[in-house]
Amino acid sequence: MLQPYASPVERAWYYGMRGLVGLILAFLFLPILVIVPLSFNADSFLMYPMSGFSLRWYEEFATSPAWRQALMNSLIVSPLATLLAMVLGTLASIGLVRADFPGKALLTAVLISPMVVPVVVIGVAMYIFFAPLGLTGSYTGLVLAHAILGVPFVVTTVTATLQGFDFNLVRAASSLGANPLTTFFRVTLPMVAPGIISGGLFAFATSFDEVVVTLFLASPEQATLPRQMFAGIRENISPTIAAVATILIVLSTLMLMTLEWLRRRAERMRGARR
Amino acid sequence: MSTVVDTSAAVPLPAEGNGTPLKKRLRRAERRRNLLFGALILPLALVVLVAFIWPIGSLLTIGVDNPEIHDNLPRTLAALEDWDGRAPPAEAAFRALADELAAAKGSPAIAAIAKRLNREDAGYRSLVMKTARKLPLDPAVPAREALMAIDAQWGELATWQAIHRAGGALTPFYLLAAIDRTIDADGNIVAAPADERIYVDVLLRTFWMSLVVTVCCLALGFPVAYLMANLSTRHSNMLMVFVLLPFWTSVLVRVAAWIVLLQNEGLVNRLLMWLGLTDSPLQLLFNRFGVYVAMVHILLPFMVLPLYSVMKGISPVYVRAALSLGCPPFRSFWKIYFPQTLPGIGAGGLLVFIMCMGYYITPALLGGPKEQMLSYFIAFYTNQTINWGMAAALSAVLLAATLLLYMVYARYLGPTRVKYMKAR
Repeated sequence: MLQPYASPVERAWYYGMRGLVGLILAFLFLPILVIVPLSFNADSFLMYPMSGFSLRWYEEFATSPAWRQALMNSLIVSPLATLLAMVLGTLASIGLVRADFPGKALLTAVLISPMVVPVVVIGVAMYIFFAPLGLTGSYTGLVLAHAILGVPFVVTTVTATLQGFDFNLVRAASSLGANPLTTFFRVTLPMVAPGIISGGLFAFATSFDEVVVTLFLASPEQATLPRQMFAGIRENISPTIAAVATILIVLSTLMLMTLEWLRRRAERMRGARR
Repeated sequence: MSTVVDTSAAVPLPAEGNGTPLKKRLRRAERRRNLLFGALILPLALVVLVAFIWPIGSLLTIGVDNPEIHDNLPRTLAALEDWDGRAPPAEAAFRALADELAAAKGSPAIAAIAKRLNREDAGYRSLVMKTARKLPLDPAVPAREALMAIDAQWGELATWQAIHRAGGALTPFYLLAAIDRTIDADGNIVAAPADERIYVDVLLRTFWMSLVVTVCCLALGFPVAYLMANLSTRHSNMLMVFVLLPFWTSVLVRVAAWIVLLQNEGLVNRLLMWLGLTDSPLQLLFNRFGVYVAMVHILLPFMVLPLYSVMKGISPVYVRAALSLGCPPFRSFWKIYFPQTLPGIGAGGLLVFIMCMGYYITPALLGGPKEQMLSYFIAFYTNQTINWGMAAALSAVLLAATLLLYMVYARYLGPTRVKYMKAR
């Protein structure tokens, strides 16, 4: 806080610092907002000044077969990949936290490695490997690839949550006669759910925004929303892109809010236990 | 998952149940528990091993794989095994070559052989194709004379040396090419021909661009993280939204936004012209500038988040102590505060640098030919020219650089902050 007796230098520092950070945050934030009004532009140029208000680009998005197909594909691939990543990742995380065996650190590193390896390398490797198996140009291959990209996020968040989980609760449930399945669904799962959900959100965001691996693996019929955007930006950038971008911005805002809510909830629960 | 097994502490155990000592039974229960929980990892481990590690492993082997001659001309190579390379080989080698080329004729194998030999010396492609057309030979005529009658090059030592050289199951050719080196006729590693010497440039460019982006992210991220760490929680949470919303927004949305802003009629050019800084629109897109701006924009949150989490943990008492002891403000910041932020700078910097190196989308959409990084060439060789060996070798270089830096990151800065990483 700025004290009333602050020297001029301190004052300059105080306001200078805030001004500088304000500019940097504007650099981060404004470009994203700039594109939103243009999606309502009446003419077909992606530039200011706007000539009038219109919803025609949203209509274009909703009616164009290519965009509809892309949306459908994204709505097929991302949820399935996320579900797969969440189920496999959660099971593995429980195993990683509870079991002890030589090579555990190495195995963990291997399971997390899809996050570290450059996506282009993953794309090329999977393309060359999947092609002879008939998995390129198939939903199976795409879902599998996206799930693998999402797994590290689930594993890191769920193991982190489980590390703070009191396993005496499981013991208590068992000693009170609950069978392992009941214990898992009634005790363990509700406690670690925030970790699983936030890991799942990360996995979903990764898949929903994935272009590079999709470029290699998907045939035109499987083009996802980002893939279609990539093509659109590269070929001719139209206000439809702005409309899609606006929808995606709304979506990411929702995901961010969910995550923030989960974080606060976890914070509250930690506070309540103390 | 049986959680009952490890309740041994809660359930009163008889001192000697069925004769087995308690210690042994506990150990057995422990082992069973381990096995059961270990089994939960299996499905994911299998999926990752089969559909991720294996493909990457086989990609890397493609980079050193050399099957064309080795698989298609095995008998010729066997006949050349004891050949000293100083005199033309024996008749058996000619015969084996003629037979094997005849067998390969009309299949993709002959094209593979021709292409591979052509890499040893331009001209062998036509030699192989021309020879194959005139095969098979009359078994009555000695193969040596017959082949030399087709083309005198079969009598030259260099031709046979090329076959011999190209016959290994593995080749360092692509890996060497990825660092602008090649092997000459005498087996020495030498600089590649000038028109093929591009990859060291690309590699240096990749490093340089990653470094510039990292430094820019640090310069912009440091003040933001610093202010956030020193504000009240309520205020810093508000600022955090400005960092997190871009973080969660699709990369393609952000690229599209920068195209809108930086195009010739875009807002930035208008602003510059309105301010009188320039008379005609500046070219801000499809060059280094546009790529840098967009990449810094995309990666800045990855710098701010680790920096913030480190700065949050720095106690203010040390700087206060320095100030109260008469140390000037800037000096106490530099000598006391700044060194404590180094782990954050290391973590954020390495994270941004690692992610930058693998970038493909942003340079592809916002850059010109001079902004393309290693990733672009990997994709190019995979999709456009179908030169998988080269794609694999460049992948190996990129992967090695990434993993090396990542090991530094994980070793010194802890793997927990990996969670901020989003593969792009």
